[in-house]
Amino acid sequence: MNNYHQFDIIVVGAGGAGLMAALYASRGASTAVLSKLYPTRSHTGAAQGGVGAALGNQGEDHPEWHTYDTVKGSDYLGDQDAIEFMCSEAVQTVYELEHMGLPFSRTPEGRIAQRPFGGHTNNNTGKPVPRACYSADRTGHMILQTLYQQCIKNNVTFFDEYHVIDLLLVDGAAAGIVALELATGELHVFHAKSVIFATGGHGRVWSVTSNAYAYSGDGVAITLRRGIPAEDMEFFQFHPTGIYNMGILITEGVRGEGGVLINNEGERFMERYAPTVKDLASRDVVSRAMFLEMQDGRGINGERYMYLDMRPEVVNKYAAEDGRKRQDGSPYIVTGEELLSKLPDIVDFARTYLGVDPVTQPMPVQPTAHYAMGGIPTDMYGQVVIDEKNTVYPGLYAAGEVACVSVHGANRLGTNSLLDILVFGKYSGLKAVEYSNEVAFQELPEDAEDFARQQLEDLQNRVGDENVVDIANEMKDVMNDYVGVFRTKEGMTRALETVRQLKERFKNIQLGDKGRIYNTDLLSVWELGNLLDLAEVTAVAALNRTESRGAHAREDYPKRDDEKWMNHSLAWIKDGEIELAYKPVVITKYQPQERVY
Amino acid sequence: MEVTLKIFRYNPETDKKAHYEKFKIEAQPTDRVLDLLEYIKGYHDGTLSFRRSCAHGVCGSDAMRINGVNRLACKVLVQDLGRGKITVEPILGLPVLKDLIVDMEPFFESYRGVLPFLINDEPPPKKERLQSPEQHARFEDTTKCILCACCTTSCPSYWSNDDYAGPATIVAAHRFVFDSRDRAGAERLRILNDTMGVYRCHTIYNCTDACPREIQVTRAIGEVKKAIATGKID
Repeated sequence: MNNYHQFDIIVVGAGGAGLMAALYASRGASTAVLSKLYPTRSHTGAAQGGVGAALGNQGEDHPEWHTYDTVKGSDYLGDQDAIEFMCSEAVQTVYELEHMGLPFSRTPEGRIAQRPFGGHTNNNTGKPVPRACYSADRTGHMILQTLYQQCIKNNVTFFDEYHVIDLLLVDGAAAGIVALELATGELHVFHAKSVIFATGGHGRVWSVTSNAYAYSGDGVAITLRRGIPAEDMEFFQFHPTGIYNMGILITEGVRGEGGVLINNEGERFMERYAPTVKDLASRDVVSRAMFLEMQDGRGINGERYMYLDMRPEVVNKYAAEDGRKRQDGSPYIVTGEELLSKLPDIVDFARTYLGVDPVTQPMPVQPTAHYAMGGIPTDMYGQVVIDEKNTVYPGLYAAGEVACVSVHGANRLGTNSLLDILVFGKYSGLKAVEYSNEVAFQELPEDAEDFARQQLEDLQNRVGDENVVDIANEMKDVMNDYVGVFRTKEGMTRALETVRQLKERFKNIQLGDKGRIYNTDLLSVWELGNLLDLAEVTAVAALNRTESRGAHAREDYPKRDDEKWMNHSLAWIKDGEIELAYKPVVITKYQPQERVY
Repeated sequence: MEVTLKIFRYNPETDKKAHYEKFKIEAQPTDRVLDLLEYIKGYHDGTLSFRRSCAHGVCGSDAMRINGVNRLACKVLVQDLGRGKITVEPILGLPVLKDLIVDMEPFFESYRGVLPFLINDEPPPKKERLQSPEQHARFEDTTKCILCACCTTSCPSYWSNDDYAGPATIVAAHRFVFDSRDRAGAERLRILNDTMGVYRCHTIYNCTDACPREIQVTRAIGEVKKAIATGKID
């Protein structure tokens, strides 16, 4: 077989989860990392505000508080055993990253600096607690760089610009993957005992998104095609503050540093929706509030955006009203210089893309598709589980945004995604080593690469007059309009019908590039196929859940229904049809309660 | 408004040599150059090839030469370029593989050569290693690097000799040399105290102008030069 490679462990994806998995995996077994991008291009690098851990460097905090906040933030859909595990691992994990060299911002005492973030609270007072460990507003960038540097130090093997197309399963266990080498257009077979998917999310399903082009849901789409279910796909987070029209993320850290959302009447409207934590409520709560304000005509100039205001005089006015204090007890008063040093990239983005200087002008923002709570179902060690009974699939692992543990439930708290990639990246790597050291390589079938080849040849051979970009845009628009922040049966049905029509039209596309070398046209089209599949699964799962919970807010079922819906959805694609089943949420300490901020 | 893009084209499967191709399209002043390239790829010529991912200046995929200067295509708006004439070419000094895609391997090889990772074999404390805000500020600027290669491929010294380590590699060294937690500064300075090291820098400042992260690249190189000359890291 040409282009054949063998490693104990193959990690697919080189963002934070993939690199963390690779670091741990490579210590105990032969490991290679594949990525369709150069590792440092991964979307982890776009994360801004911080990684959550109850270090207590800037005020009292406890992992138990972090656990409760995450359970509450998840609207009680997160699995509490996994959440407790993640939040207790958080503290040591952040120290470990610091020891690896991560350049965190520092307190005057030289400790890791922390800032408040949405939904993270002092459990006694209900007030915001600084839990987000940050490096200015480029924490994800620093995590990605630090982990990549450590991989270089530890001689981890990389296959850069290798695009995964298929997962190989033999006799009920993982056996490798098939990938396309961008530079040559050739398929490669990677024979492995363990496969770890760390391919990120699928925010490119929606038109206004903070997500990279690369976020096309490859991992979930590939595993669905191989009979593995996808969990909780109806839950997709809209981050409240994306740059108007463009969707580029403006970190919640802006509000952590005292910024406020303002409507067309000049009102800090979050006071009405979340009286205790106000602008630092959970993301689902804030995004819904913005929609309701805009629906009632209080968007700026009646348009579909609000102002995010971090001008020092505005920050200081509301901080005084809130009685916010610094750690030393002095009143919280900021200067433009301080904000610029803590949020330099935000200032740069606003200047570049909006022509707005946020130190002297408010920024126009709107909710932007941001994060997949759903994904490949796993247990808390990254092992993929494939049914209602959580049966482990041998040799198959997933970590990071592509996975659904589920620690984020119906709504992820800010800073918990960076924590998720580190903790579950690490444990999936460790588990994969354990497993790989116990088993032998399976025999691969002769035709290992056939399914991948068929998929690509099929795309290359399509003949028709449908335009790929048109199809993509129609999908994104209909998903944004009807499977977005607010949902109804009518809207979602319309979206589902449209997506299904688009899948038919997708059969009549024609590739512009028929070549082999760097055929990015072919790969973009293959990615669109993934997005269409995931859009359909999302709409089907969302239609079936007749309640409102976290990011899944239905106008026709406005209440949470704990009697019926304390469960995770599982979706399979069988012969082109989507089948759904459900498994119960794991509850340990916290019974569902009404969720107020 | 109507804009004309003149784009460097080279397809190794069909072209004997590189050429330029012009596209006239409608654009908004606030469109990114990347948006225009995507539009051309989607509606005019699917073979047009370039790298991109985050589309807002943090992943470093889409470094290109735009109207003669190195930029990220996602961080330049049509209105920044004036007159609606836009020339897009691959960054210089690295082999062109297809259209705007260059071979990044030599760039990353140079980066890996300077020990771009924290080295400190002392047992770490139970919590974080302490570092004052001042110590952090000493190297914070160079931590911003996204390895896009805009700086290195804007450097005339690099163009004339691609064995030169190049600005990005020296920036990576600087990030660790001046980190109070690191213990291998002397080793990195030894690597850069070489005929292909820092002395190839003739303070032309192209790198600083090119950096999309506004890193003071030339200053960082100067600080590394000074540390080598004085044998002191401060």
